[in-house]
Amino acid sequence: MAFLLKDLLGKDKILTSGHRLCPGCGAPMAVKMVTMATDNPLIITSATGCLEVSTTIYPFTAWDTPWVHSAFENAGATISGLQTAFLAWKKKGKIDKEVKFLAFGGDGGTYDIGLQALSGALERGHDFVYVCYDNQGYMNTGAQRSASTPMGASTTTEPAGKKSIGKRIQRKDLTMIAAAHHNAYAAQSSISHWQDLMSKAKKAFEYEGPAFINVLSPCVRFWRVPSSKTVEIAKLAVETNFWPLFEIENMKLTLNFKPKERKPIIDWIKAQGRYKHLLQAGNEPVIDEIQKEVDAYFDYLVRLSSI
Amino acid sequence: MSTIQKNKLSLTGNQAAAEAMRQIDPDVVAAYPITPQTEIVMAFSQFHADGKVNTEMIRVESEHSAMSACIGSASAGARTMTATSSQGLALMHEMVFIAASLRLPIVMPVVNRALSGPINIHCDHSDTMAERDSGWIQIFAENPQEVYDHMFLAMKLAEHPDVQLPVMVNQDGFITSHGVEIVDVLEDKAVKDFVGEYKPKTPLLDLKHPVTMGALDLYDYYFEHKRQQAEAVKRAFGLFDKVAGDVSKLTGRKYPMVETYQFDDADYVIVTMSSAAGTTKFVIDSLRAQGTKVGLLKIRLFRPFPYKIISGLLKGKKGVAVLDRSASFGAFSPVYTEIMNSCYYLDARPNIYPVVFGLGGRDLTPKLIESVYTGLIGNKFKTDQIEYLGVRE
Repeated sequence: MAFLLKDLLGKDKILTSGHRLCPGCGAPMAVKMVTMATDNPLIITSATGCLEVSTTIYPFTAWDTPWVHSAFENAGATISGLQTAFLAWKKKGKIDKEVKFLAFGGDGGTYDIGLQALSGALERGHDFVYVCYDNQGYMNTGAQRSASTPMGASTTTEPAGKKSIGKRIQRKDLTMIAAAHHNAYAAQSSISHWQDLMSKAKKAFEYEGPAFINVLSPCVRFWRVPSSKTVEIAKLAVETNFWPLFEIENMKLTLNFKPKERKPIIDWIKAQGRYKHLLQAGNEPVIDEIQKEVDAYFDYLVRLSSI
Repeated sequence: MSTIQKNKLSLTGNQAAAEAMRQIDPDVVAAYPITPQTEIVMAFSQFHADGKVNTEMIRVESEHSAMSACIGSASAGARTMTATSSQGLALMHEMVFIAASLRLPIVMPVVNRALSGPINIHCDHSDTMAERDSGWIQIFAENPQEVYDHMFLAMKLAEHPDVQLPVMVNQDGFITSHGVEIVDVLEDKAVKDFVGEYKPKTPLLDLKHPVTMGALDLYDYYFEHKRQQAEAVKRAFGLFDKVAGDVSKLTGRKYPMVETYQFDDADYVIVTMSSAAGTTKFVIDSLRAQGTKVGLLKIRLFRPFPYKIISGLLKGKKGVAVLDRSASFGAFSPVYTEIMNSCYYLDARPNIYPVVFGLGGRDLTPKLIESVYTGLIGNKFKTDQIEYLGVRE
């Protein structure tokens, strides 16, 4: 059941224009696609991060819906409190609308410092949607390394250097960690595949219980790509199998996209300045290792999806 | 005479807090168990399991998430409570400040326990004192009855439209939290009528009036907002006696910011808080029987601090020993510091001595308190030197 652009055109924007995110930022694209996937009223919380600081510089706000931020590591706990307050009000007859509860966190606020709060919220089974806009680093504060930073990428806290290839190890598989909370709907998507993302968001909103969507959301500034290439680079991540699109529901994994012929990872690496040191002679084994890991991970998902 | 029916129950301080929570029946409780607060969460969970409350409970995975969930719930517009101790309070430290600055009237019993390290489960005030600049109102209880009564005071003060601030209801870990005493318990209906329905000013659940809370606040506005916060705490101070008076009408007991015992004609005075006040009263009785003019000043309200009331009371006293149940390494302890602040401008300034006692639950025996009065009378203490009471040097 596809979304039609003509239906979306007339929809109220939850995140309005005038916010101060960078030109070409993937985050507001993710927010707009997700928030347009429901017709219910939304109450939103954001973890500290690019999205939060750039949309709510006092006395301005870009949010045309009730919204709260309190800290970096607690979007999972905050959304638990918000949604539980709603249940209490509902029980008392103080509210009759079906409100949806949505949390946004970056990869720093989700993979790293907020993982415990997210896990707690998923385990407890609150009815909410958590969206991680994953830009693979602490981009708000200048591209520090996170658990989502991919192997070989240079960050300001694990930079490339004479004796460093940038990040030495593979990123954490957060979507599968979320899926290990078997009561949760867990999905991985990308801003480049808007039908995929919006369908997953719709499913997440309709799912009775906790839902988690990990959305690849390029940071053009620190991935070192032109600001006009956001969607293109995100699409390349999917086409190289660097960022597979999949979902897990009731412990069943579905691969939503299998490229007929996957593009080599070097295409993805070459397109971004954060990997440019890998193109120097002598780093071929690193690229080979990244390719092997990408293929091994995709095979793993294929096996899980066919069981 | 009060016409309200009262029941007498044998309750620990923890049970007294839980009983008050049952009667308040908040919309949301988000809590994590920690010694010695655990019994509050267990007792309240049983009330919940038995259908005795309408509360929605969130069994969070940490105290940081407890306060974060409370912030979510209270900003949504729900009457919200939690409870903690020691490391739990330290873990939620970040969120404690945010709850106050978002002006969320969360009520939290804090069962005071020493902070690690080394790890220790017993009473001192290092946990709550580490939060004294957080913007929360801090009330201290001497016994289970005060714990119970303070809960209603806290709720009403927190939710007062001119206040909108969170409140900690402190009690001494184990000494009060696990000590059984007779507690006068109010009728459920009396509590329900008293606390009434919470009317939040800008709840997120008011979908017709969407608000943004917790925005990024830079050098152009942050200072004004902090200034407003200071004003709100000042208003809480101004309203404390009024709200306390309303609770008094219900209970027949009084809740002054500062309580005195055998004080007016006393030459030598101990200033302290919480359960230590009870032991001190006992010692005063026996010393008074021997004709010694000793007294007590007990602080109930520590934040905001009642400076003027205290300076008025201590004016002209010969000697004052301030008994702090927490240390500030390399500096004087918090209560002593505030007492000094209170008395600086007095013409007849008493000698004020810093005494640290009871760290990690070290027992404060009547004999030790007697030694403080003897020391005051015999002029044995030095004003610039901390006396560590009952420690092996």
